[in-house]
Amino acid sequence: MCDASKIHPQGPSPHAGETPAAVLKVKGLSCQRGVRLLFDKLDFELRAGHALVVVGRNGAGKSSLLRIVAGLLAATSGRVCLCEGATERPHTEEMHYLGHDDALKGALSVAENLSFWRAMLGATGVPVADALDEVGLGGLERLPVAVLSAGQKRRLAIARLLVSRRRIWILDEPTTALDVNAQARFAELGRAHLDSGGAILAATHAPLDFGPRVGTLQLGAKREVLA
Amino acid sequence: MMAAFWALLRRDMALALRSGGGAGLGVVFFLSVVTIVPFAVGPDMVLLARIGPAILWIGALLASLIGLERLFAADVEDGSLDALAHSSLPLELVAAAKGLAHWIATGLPLVVAAPVLALMLNLEPAAIGAVVLTLLVGTPAVTSLGLIGAAFAGAFRRGGLLIAVLVLPLAIPVLIFAVSATSAAVTGPVPFGTPFRILMGLTLFALVLGPVAAAAALRAARG
Amino acid sequence: MALLDFANPTRFLSLSARLIPWTAGVAALALALGFTLAFLAPPDYQQGETVRIMYIHVPFAWLSMFGYSMLAASSLGILVWRHPLADVAHKAAAPIGATFTFLCLLTGALWGRPMWGTYWVWDARLTSVLVLFLLYLGLMALRAAIDEPNRAGRAAAVLTLVGFINVPIVKFSVDWWNTLHQPASVFRMGGSTIDASLLWPLLICALGFTLLFLTLHMIAMRTEILRRRVQVLEARAAAEATA
Repeated sequence: MCDASKIHPQGPSPHAGETPAAVLKVKGLSCQRGVRLLFDKLDFELRAGHALVVVGRNGAGKSSLLRIVAGLLAATSGRVCLCEGATERPHTEEMHYLGHDDALKGALSVAENLSFWRAMLGATGVPVADALDEVGLGGLERLPVAVLSAGQKRRLAIARLLVSRRRIWILDEPTTALDVNAQARFAELGRAHLDSGGAILAATHAPLDFGPRVGTLQLGAKREVLA
Repeated sequence: MMAAFWALLRRDMALALRSGGGAGLGVVFFLSVVTIVPFAVGPDMVLLARIGPAILWIGALLASLIGLERLFAADVEDGSLDALAHSSLPLELVAAAKGLAHWIATGLPLVVAAPVLALMLNLEPAAIGAVVLTLLVGTPAVTSLGLIGAAFAGAFRRGGLLIAVLVLPLAIPVLIFAVSATSAAVTGPVPFGTPFRILMGLTLFALVLGPVAAAAALRAARG
Repeated sequence: MALLDFANPTRFLSLSARLIPWTAGVAALALALGFTLAFLAPPDYQQGETVRIMYIHVPFAWLSMFGYSMLAASSLGILVWRHPLADVAHKAAAPIGATFTFLCLLTGALWGRPMWGTYWVWDARLTSVLVLFLLYLGLMALRAAIDEPNRAGRAAAVLTLVGFINVPIVKFSVDWWNTLHQPASVFRMGGSTIDASLLWPLLICALGFTLLFLTLHMIAMRTEILRRRVQVLEARAAAEATA
């Protein structure tokens, strides 16, 4: 749903780092759900090695924005495009989307779930066993996912980001159900991803320590002023 | 891409075999339908032999729909479909892989069970062979058309009888040529091959239409 | 005392471990003796050699009903006394009962082929057994469809008792349906009294198959208890990994 007339060539992106190239540009993005206009003519870009955290009150459209960028929801107007290094591949294959749900099957074991996603998303990242060690699930490979706690399932879902290497991570409340230690560990993984030239677009309530190169995108501010 | 296709096929088969009631339920339903028909029409073996192919086909048609309402719904609810959309596999092939897994777990057992049920309905050997052959060729078409209903049910979170209402009309041509091929094999006058070839053609058409339309339905839900 | 011993899963494991060799051994002996006598018995003047199928068919028919009675008793145990072992007994009995019912139908069909000229007729007795088979399969499907074991057990128990109450009604209806439509071609099994030379091997075979049923049931219960312990251990392993 691209509408060229709605694109506003707007200046500075909301984050500080200017030198690295943008990996993803969002131009004039609007989203209307039912009768509500969630956001209107949104412009921002995501740069290599940088994270952009979307903040805003409940219902401001954070999740919708992430789903639109991830190609899982159609925008009312505007467009999302990958910038440099554009390949023939559709842009969904350049990104990981980690939503509220963990995309795990309780009847399958920990290793089976992760191996499946490695085969589906491309075996370009670390091996399954290494990824499980990274998220602190080493030794649980053979357990059925149904017996895991919510936090463990979340960590297994995060391991999906590691088994297949993709430049852009789109994370919707990624640390839900994670305890303090696991949140810190996840922040480490995020910083490592940024250090290796990746980019992160995240919506979160909990502060995420992705290091110094983190910008903020405020959603719904205008409506709060009106209210 | 093929690796992803096989991975999805293997996962769905493992889920069908391991978690509850998937694979065997279709055959039990098939047996139940075949069991209740004689109660309705009477235990007249001559009559049953005559309408047997039709009973078997109606039973198999309804049994093929079992489990379809969860086929995409489960993946929608647990977020798997979002992640699948980011795989290298196009949604059409995602639907095809899931359909194939569903047919192997649900449709193929119906084909295997059909000769036994056919004996219970007093079918003669030629009719049994014809029914099994038409089921082998025709049930993939039913499953494939069922994918469309499954996609709507999953994407728009409506289950149950919606699928039957959506799919049964689409499956009428398959039913017509499958049953007429069977009666051609038994009584003629048309040779078995004539309606059977049309059935094969319908199946090939359905195998393409089903996954494409299912993918379109899933995309439409992102509206 | 024996019943109380059975009531505790750990006691059940040790007691059944001691019992199983005996029940299995006696079952094997009884079946060996029963089959030998069955083959030594004179062929039926009317049915010839095929009458020997009776020695396995009739015990299967008895045990299909025995199995369902066992399910009904276990269901009371689940619903009234809420005993965990009752649930295990119920879950373990369903597939075994279904298998014996299936074997009853199968041997009946193989017997029917030479006797009636067809594998299957919609005779009242056959049809009732078929409905019983469907009840078994429905119970297994219900259990498979519910993930949480306790809820699955209670649901299956309710369905078992509904089926148990309904079986006489089904039986009556099927008889009534069948007398309405009874085709003349159906050969009815000889209703006359069975000669003692046939009866003794039959009783010994029935004893052997009953012990076989009980042995299989105990083994299946042990497997189910161990399966549940594995699940507890898995859950514990997952919980400890976090800590």
